[in-house]
Amino acid sequence: MSFPWARHYEPKNALTQWIDSRLPLPRFVYNAVGAGYPVPRNLNYFWNFGVLAGVALVVQLVTGIVLAMHFHSSAAGAFDSINGTIMRDVNAGWFLRFAHANGASMFLLVVYIHIFRGLYYGSYKAPREMVWLIGVVIFLLLMATAFMGYVLPWGQMSFWGAQVITGFFSAIPVVGEWIRVWLLGGYAPDDAALNRFFSLHYLLPFVIAGAVILHIWALHIPGSSNPTGVEVKGEQDTVPFHPYYTAKDGFGVGVFLIVFSTLIFFFPDYLGHPDNYIAANPLSTPAHIVPEWYFWPFYAILRAFTADFIIPAKLWGVLAMFGSILLLFFLPWLDRSPVRSANFRPAYRIAFWVLVLDVLILGYCGGSAATPGVVIASQLTAAYYFAHFLIIVPIISRLERPKPLPNSITEAVLGDKGGSRMTETALSA
Amino acid sequence: MLPLFMRSIKFIVGLGFIFVLFLALVGTITGLIKEPPQKTAEEEFHHHPKALALKSDGPLGKFDNQQLQRGFLVYEKVCASCHSLSLVSFRDLQQIGYNEAEVKKIAKDWAVKQPLQDPKAGTWGERDNLPSDRIPKVYYPGTGTPPDLSLMTKARHGGAAYVYSLLTGYEETQPAELLKKFPGAKTPEGSHYNPYFANLNIAMPPPLTSDDQVTYSDGTRATKDQMAKDVAAFLVWTAEPTMQTRHSAGLAVVLFLLIATALGYGAYLSVWRGVKH
Repeated sequence: MSFPWARHYEPKNALTQWIDSRLPLPRFVYNAVGAGYPVPRNLNYFWNFGVLAGVALVVQLVTGIVLAMHFHSSAAGAFDSINGTIMRDVNAGWFLRFAHANGASMFLLVVYIHIFRGLYYGSYKAPREMVWLIGVVIFLLLMATAFMGYVLPWGQMSFWGAQVITGFFSAIPVVGEWIRVWLLGGYAPDDAALNRFFSLHYLLPFVIAGAVILHIWALHIPGSSNPTGVEVKGEQDTVPFHPYYTAKDGFGVGVFLIVFSTLIFFFPDYLGHPDNYIAANPLSTPAHIVPEWYFWPFYAILRAFTADFIIPAKLWGVLAMFGSILLLFFLPWLDRSPVRSANFRPAYRIAFWVLVLDVLILGYCGGSAATPGVVIASQLTAAYYFAHFLIIVPIISRLERPKPLPNSITEAVLGDKGGSRMTETALSA
Repeated sequence: MLPLFMRSIKFIVGLGFIFVLFLALVGTITGLIKEPPQKTAEEEFHHHPKALALKSDGPLGKFDNQQLQRGFLVYEKVCASCHSLSLVSFRDLQQIGYNEAEVKKIAKDWAVKQPLQDPKAGTWGERDNLPSDRIPKVYYPGTGTPPDLSLMTKARHGGAAYVYSLLTGYEETQPAELLKKFPGAKTPEGSHYNPYFANLNIAMPPPLTSDDQVTYSDGTRATKDQMAKDVAAFLVWTAEPTMQTRHSAGLAVVLFLLIATALGYGAYLSVWRGVKH
């Protein structure tokens, strides 16, 4: 779909006309991310993060494909092929390896900001529920891919991380242990597990790329949301994606690459764990098994459940950890407020920032050793996490009195923030 | 009845998780009251690594080849009898200033030889090392296998400072205070007290026992402290021989990106000129 005032692709010369009449791919791109896609004029920098996630995906694909050419997928050879061959002998292998390892962190970082942008500005609400649902699917695929990628270097954290994560499945009653052995292809992670993780780690990014296309497709039906949450009412509310947002995204990509390069070239091991520079040893368990930083909040939720109640504590932990992500699927129906942007929802805005703080504390807890203080903090913050989505947001969305909305994006941009004056477009809409 | 249930299912699920977390919280707190956590000997007597300044430190650090060669000498004469360096090839030593002939000689004279199978008889023999060989694995006949040192400065918190502190941190006797507080924490037979080691007692006997244990050719006095520093610096190199390349490439990349991004910002301003947003 597009707005009626969207510009139309006009092939200028014989060649482009010839292509357009046979395979209108340039037209498709023009309408998707070119001048043919009208976008609200008031998007702030938080709207850069979708494009940044796309850039991160491409970086991961390119570096990953080259790394796979040198990687030796076996329990005996994996650690050596990365820390020996790739890091020392492959041309710029150290760059590929550090770019790929830190690229995962950058990818998850921009995706987290992208998700919280959606939470703040109510981007999941009608008519964009499908965009949000596909987004949650992408997030799940991303987490699976990141986990399996982390296993591939076959260091101590790789091995014990695989042991812990596949151990979740043994929490399933009756058939759990059987499923775990089936998933691993053995009683403990070894060649069979490493090879299937490698195979899936190579496959899933392409599945993600496919889901990203669906995500963008679903977005282009209603068009992009914006910081006011007010729908586009007329041509004056939008600008063409190109050159306006290609220019803005270009700047955003530059900033992203500066941060990314600083990590790769100057602090490549900052986000990693020293134990993963020790080759996997099934006979020696690390003192603290810690996942990568982007899993910390979920790891904290898992560890917060320490009491058996009807079902074992471990199963509660696993259910809650998966539940904490799966409940995002229901968010469009948990938050019934018709107002999208938290800028006009005073109570929701407070709840949002408390949630941000809550997730940060959960993250801190997940990255720390499980001392009683940390466990208590994660129990309280995990409880708040569920309360936020399942209790607080549904109640707020019923009781809250939103502030008056601007009549249009243009009105908001030009400075009339209140709802006092009706513009001509608003009246005609 | 059913619509009401459907409408309140979110509250039921939410309160369910919160209730179980509440039970867990009560359990944690009662556990804390019944058995207040006590500090272990490791928590109280473990030391963080001492400060160590190397030229390779920091985001723009460079290797000091003289020091790396001294460190290699310490490794060769002291550490190599038990610890391998199996990710490093002899040819890599050219990067720290040895010439081709020297590398050939180092490889040929290396005490541990390369295993070699006779393809006809199927029996195993050995041959001298070549520059293209990795530094061979050490098969240690004593108790436990001493860890490979290739990545040691990346594999421990504190990195080079940890290696330096460990090598210089041995203490003849355990602190009296430790034995008073934890009578069960006596250093076991065959172990050595070292507060920089994670569990305080390390199987490795002090490797650097006296000054001038090795003879440096560049005139540096081989004190115990100096040898520990040099070998720590050398292990920073073995952990990532490409580090210096990484630093200089990074400088160029980030400078380029800063200029490109500034231009990108200019383009953004110029495209949006006159459009309020």
